[in-house]
Amino acid sequence: MLKFKEYACPETLEEAYGLVQKKRNIVLGGMLWLKLQDRTVGTVIDLQKLGLDTITEDEENYYIGSYVTLRDLEIHEGLNAYTKGAIAHAVEHIIGIQFRNCATVGGSIFGRFGFSDVLTVFLALGAKVELYKNGIVSVEEFINFPRPLQDILVRIILPKNVDGAVYMSTRNSATDFPSLTCAVAKVSGEYRVSIGARPMLATLVTDEQGILKDGITKESAESFGEYVASKVTFGSNMIAKAEYRQKVCKVLVRRCLNEL
Amino acid sequence: MEISMTLNGRKIKASIEPNTLLIDFVRAQKCFSVKRGCETTNCGLCTVILDGKPVLSCSILAARCNGKTVETLEGLQEEVAPFTKFLAEQGADQCGFCNPGYIVNFAALLRENPDPTDEEIDFYLSGNLCRCTGFESQRRAFRNYLNYKKEQEGAK
Repeated sequence: MLKFKEYACPETLEEAYGLVQKKRNIVLGGMLWLKLQDRTVGTVIDLQKLGLDTITEDEENYYIGSYVTLRDLEIHEGLNAYTKGAIAHAVEHIIGIQFRNCATVGGSIFGRFGFSDVLTVFLALGAKVELYKNGIVSVEEFINFPRPLQDILVRIILPKNVDGAVYMSTRNSATDFPSLTCAVAKVSGEYRVSIGARPMLATLVTDEQGILKDGITKESAESFGEYVASKVTFGSNMIAKAEYRQKVCKVLVRRCLNEL
Repeated sequence: MEISMTLNGRKIKASIEPNTLLIDFVRAQKCFSVKRGCETTNCGLCTVILDGKPVLSCSILAARCNGKTVETLEGLQEEVAPFTKFLAEQGADQCGFCNPGYIVNFAALLRENPDPTDEEIDFYLSGNLCRCTGFESQRRAFRNYLNYKKEQEGAK
């Protein structure tokens, strides 16, 4: 159970940043995963007054505030038309509507959880994160940032260079944690495959061998699925064995490519 | 710390500990329909409507609801009365423990989508667990209610 003494609701990013400089303090996000942890912290920091709960766009990017909920992502027409529903598909199996009205995209990304559907899809889409002091970095780079990271995730930036995206996952039962997550996107002409819930953090594979250089066919999709499954490291836990995940990976990549 | 909110149409002020969860706060305000089921964010029993959206009160700090509007089943009696009798007719409340969460979330669904398909009902209510019925009776009850509502509207 999460234990804490103080609740802070800063009114500026600078104030929030000052608060996270103490290692015992933590940003709340949606507080869903955090609440289930056996953990004692000093002050919980609620960013709800910082106006980070909106999705905006300009000609080059979508800007998704870190306090945007998973439900907001799911029902945002522009974002889902742009990603061909991939973002909605990535979140729609996460518990239920009430949960997704609480959980924030920032909490999912900043937490860098192995089981994260959200991280998987944004990694494939070539998204970036904007941190208050560390600036703008790609999700790929952000995954390897040190923990704990004493910074504030301001927003996710999704460049408008995606030309198709598909998301699929497998679960042992509906609304459970995924046993494998897979997102495939074509970004600036490059095929990007993200595999998560391995059960380790999502990882990115691109078409370095040119398997898809002549386009997606039944054969090239099959080959690329085998390639991704051979490149990615899988592990075992109570949800699935590594061998199972490897076989499922091959199939999900192929299916995603065929739908792209 | 001091907070104020509109709870079931009534403006209230209260002094709370920072770690008070919304579920405990509304129960202290005598909203006993809001209950703990799983306490692991899975069952939907603690559902309340916060600023128009259904949320899990077991996982939200009361402090975060300062200045907001919270609705529980106690404040939705008039809105939900038309369909609760359909639940009773289908025997959908065997032990009845999950009912408040189901009813509040179904009310939230109807606000968003007044004429949902069976698939949309299943999808919206997937965060509400019932361990007695297997969900069939609730689905039948909601479908019967929606059909009845259409008939009534058609007769006007």
